[in-house]
Amino acid sequence: MSEITANRTLDCSGMNCPLPILKTKKEVDQMQSGEILKMISTDSGSANDMTSWANRTGHKIVGSSTEGGTYTFYIQKS
Amino acid sequence: MADTKKLAIIASKGTLDWAYPPFILASAAAAMDMEAVLFFTFYGLPLLKKEIDLKVTPVGNPAMPMKMPFGSKEFQGFDWPIPNIISGNVPGFDTMATMLMKETFKKKGVATIEQLREMCQESGVRFIACQMTMDVFGFERKDFIDGVEYGGAAMFLEYAADANMSLFI
Repeated sequence: MSEITANRTLDCSGMNCPLPILKTKKEVDQMQSGEILKMISTDSGSANDMTSWANRTGHKIVGSSTEGGTYTFYIQKS
Repeated sequence: MADTKKLAIIASKGTLDWAYPPFILASAAAAMDMEAVLFFTFYGLPLLKKEIDLKVTPVGNPAMPMKMPFGSKEFQGFDWPIPNIISGNVPGFDTMATMLMKETFKKKGVATIEQLREMCQESGVRFIACQMTMDVFGFERKDFIDGVEYGGAAMFLEYAADANMSLFI
């Protein structure tokens, strides 16, 4: 995956549903429109959860990757 | 936002396991830019107490796995076949089952009920306590956390009438 430069990073490793979503929302609320948040999660449910969250809130997942049980999402604030 | 989605939940259960779904769903709804109202009635009322002391019991719940939160992976994965005659009669069994479940939640990175409740309030989820059941069971407003509204069926229904999702838990 090509490198995406994130403005902020949020590590949700070890957290389970619904904490990654709640923490992501809190972080995004503090960001400016267009900024990108790199979110790291180890919750295997978060792949689908993050997509649903983004669909609902209008923020965009501009990149994601999975590596050995770690999920990384790049979320651009709408 | 004109098309803000609304979630209405009746929380009627007060065991440690069933305390989770209302707070999880309401906090997630708020994180998804939805409005949420939790109406606490009957055994759901203790979830509003300042000091929460919730328990769980495997009695009468054959679906509840009895697992250990420590030891090897195989040991943790083993579901202990404990008959109700033991779990229902041995003093302190529920306390042990509660401790085991809390420990498992902690190990799996699940938030505590107190944390989820706080996150709900921070994100604007409204809590309504059923005044009628409070009177019946002897709950007093001073025992509950701040920010709780008090009302009855009509108050819930007024909100639920315009809600997109209504759940009874």
